[in-house]
Amino acid sequence: MKESCLAALAGNPNTGKSTLFNALTGLKQHTGNWPGKTVEMKKGSFQHHGWTCEVVDLPGTYSLTPASPEEEAARDFLRSGNSDAVVVVADATCLERGLHLALQVMQLTPKTILCLNLMDEAKRQRLRLDVDELEGELGIPVVPTTATKGEGLEELKDAIIRVAQGQLQPRPVPVGSDADEPAAALYRRAEEIAARVARGSPVPRPSLTSRLDKLVISPGFGIPFMLALLAGVLWLTLVGAGYPSELLAAAFSRGERHLSLLLNTAGFPRWLHDPLVLGMYRGLAWVVAVMLPPMAIFFPLFTLLEDFGLLPRIAFNLDRSFQRAGAHGKQSLTMAMGFGCNAAGVVAARIIDSPRERLVAVLTNNFVPCNGRFPLLMVMGGVVAAAAPALAGGWVPSLVVMGAMVVSVLATLLVSRLLTATILRGEPSFFILELPPYRLPRVGTVLVRSFLDRTLAVLWRAVVVAAPAGLLTWVLANVSVQGVTLLSHFSAWLNPLGRAMGLDGMILLAFTLGLPANEIVIPILLMGYLSADSLLAVEDLAAMRAVLTANGWTWLTALNFIIFALFHWPCGTTLLTIRRETGSCKWTLLAALLPTALGICLCIVLTIIVKLWPM
Amino acid sequence: MTLADLTRGQRGRVKDLRAHGLLRQRLLDLGLVPGTPIQVKFVGRGGSPAAYYLRGSLFALRRETAEQILVELEGASL
Repeated sequence: MKESCLAALAGNPNTGKSTLFNALTGLKQHTGNWPGKTVEMKKGSFQHHGWTCEVVDLPGTYSLTPASPEEEAARDFLRSGNSDAVVVVADATCLERGLHLALQVMQLTPKTILCLNLMDEAKRQRLRLDVDELEGELGIPVVPTTATKGEGLEELKDAIIRVAQGQLQPRPVPVGSDADEPAAALYRRAEEIAARVARGSPVPRPSLTSRLDKLVISPGFGIPFMLALLAGVLWLTLVGAGYPSELLAAAFSRGERHLSLLLNTAGFPRWLHDPLVLGMYRGLAWVVAVMLPPMAIFFPLFTLLEDFGLLPRIAFNLDRSFQRAGAHGKQSLTMAMGFGCNAAGVVAARIIDSPRERLVAVLTNNFVPCNGRFPLLMVMGGVVAAAAPALAGGWVPSLVVMGAMVVSVLATLLVSRLLTATILRGEPSFFILELPPYRLPRVGTVLVRSFLDRTLAVLWRAVVVAAPAGLLTWVLANVSVQGVTLLSHFSAWLNPLGRAMGLDGMILLAFTLGLPANEIVIPILLMGYLSADSLLAVEDLAAMRAVLTANGWTWLTALNFIIFALFHWPCGTTLLTIRRETGSCKWTLLAALLPTALGICLCIVLTIIVKLWPM
Repeated sequence: MTLADLTRGQRGRVKDLRAHGLLRQRLLDLGLVPGTPIQVKFVGRGGSPAAYYLRGSLFALRRETAEQILVELEGASL
C-alpha cells in the first residue's frame, strides 16, 4: 500500500479554490511555473491518517478546451494521468457552470471528486442541494465544504485518500455528446442535473452585492467612489506610517552607535568603518525606516479590498476609458498590479492573450508609480505641506500622492492611445470580466499573507539593493579627482539638462544612481547636497526641507521632481522583466524611452510656462 | 435582436451566437448556449461595458461582444 498520493484541484475562477487550497495545505506551499509555460503553478501538501498527499492547484478555468495557456496546462496535467485524484471545486450557488467543468474532467479521468464549495452562501440564498442525488447522477463522490470556515475539509481529505487508494471507485455516468458543439450538450446535461438536485425554492432577494454594485459600478458614482476610497487608503497609509517610521529611525540611529562602537573596538580602520556605517548601514536604515511602515499598511489594505472583490469593479469602471485608448480591458488589472510593483505588473500582462495588446500593457506599466516610488511622492508631499502650513496638514501629502496617481493613470491611457494609433495598431480582442459577489475577507489570513508575500518580498528586494547603493554613493562622494568629488563631476555634467527641466544636475544624478531601486533616490540626493561624507540621518523632515531650500528648491522644483518621479526609466528589475517577457531589447529600450521622454518634455514645458508667466 | 439592444433590467433568452472561433468557444464555456436566460443588470458609462446576470453569476461584456449574441426579449424586472 502506498503512503503518499498526488491530488489536483480544478475549478472555475472565483469558486474559492485558492482558499480551499490554502485551507488544505496551510503554509506548506511553493510556487513555480508549469514546465514550458508562463502559467503559475502552486503546490502544497497535507497529512491525513498517515498519508502524505501532495496537492497541485490547477489554474482556474471555465473549461478544458485547450484555447489558452491556462487551460492547456490544466488539460495536459489531467490527461497525463499522474494524479491519484482530481477535485473539481464548484460554487454551490452556480452549480451549472461547475458541473460543466466537472463533466469535462470526468471524461478525462474517472478519479474525480466534486467539491461543492461556498455552502454558506448557498444557505444564505436558501438554496438546498441533495448531495446523495447528485452523487447518483454523476457517479462520483460529492463533498460539500465551506473553505473559509474550514467546514467539510476532513471529509474532503477522506474522499481524496480513499479515491487515491482505490477504496472508493467513482464510475462517472457518461454524457451523450454533440459532436458539433460539445459545450451545449454538456450544459444541457448540467442544467438537467442541477434542476434534479435542487431542493426547496430559493427566495430571490436583493443581495448585498447588487445593492453595493448600484453604487460602486454606477455610471455616476463609480469613479468618485473609487477616488474617495483611494484617498482614504492613502490617508490611512501616510498618517499611520508616520509614528512607526519615527520609532524605526530612532532605533536605527541607536543601532548605528552600537555598530560604530563595535567596529571601533574591533579595530576597524576608518576607511573601512566609514563606508560600512555611513554608506551601507545608513542607506539600509533609510530604506527600511521609510518604506516598511507605509508598505505594512498599504499592502494589507490593498489585499483586503482585493479579497473583498473590488478589483474587477475598478476594471469595469475604467473600461470605457481603456476602450477609447484601444487597450485591452484586462490592462486596468495589470495597471493596478503596477501600483504595487511595476515588475509584477509586467508579469501580470500575461493574462492578456493578444500579443499586441499585451505589449501595450507592458510598455505602459511603468507610467503608474510603484510602491518603491511612493516614498518619493510622500516625502515631496510632506515638503509641499510644510511650505503651506495653513492647509489642513494631514491631508496634503495624501492629496499630492493621489493627484500624482490620477495623472499617472491619464498618462497610461494617453500613451496607450498613442501606441494603438501608431506602431501597435489593430482590432481590439474581446474581453470578458466576471464580477464575483463581494465576500468578506478573512482579515487574519490576509494580514499574514500580504505581509509574507508582498511586504517582506518588496522590502527584501529594496534592502538587497539599498546596501550596495549606499556604499557606492559613499564612494562617489568621497573619491576626488582634481580636488572635486566624483559625485560633483557627474552632477555638473548633468546640470544643464537638469536646469532646463526646472531641476538640477544632482537630482538627475540621484535618479540615475537610483536605477536599481527608486527608494534610494532621496538619500543619494541629500548626501550629494550636503557634500558631507555620509547619508543624512533619516529622522528629520524639517532639516531635509532646509537642505532642499538651501539648494534653491522652490515649489516648481518639487513639482518637477514629482513629475520626473512618475515619468522616467523603469527600475532595473522592471527593465530585466520587460526584456524577459518581450524577448526583445528593442521593446525594452522603447519602454525606457517613452516615460523618460514624456517626463523630460513635461518638466521643460512646465518650467518655461512658469518662467514666462507674468507675475 | 442582440444582447446589446436590451436595456437595464430587461431579460432575454439566447437564440444563437454570431461569434466564431475563440470568442464563440469562450461564450459557450460561460454557458451562453441556446435557450439560456440572461438579464442586463448594470450598464456602464456610454453603454459599454455592461454587466449581465447569467447562470448565477455576473459577467461584464463590451458592446462589440454583446452584439455577437442573438437573443429574444422575455420581459423586465430588477
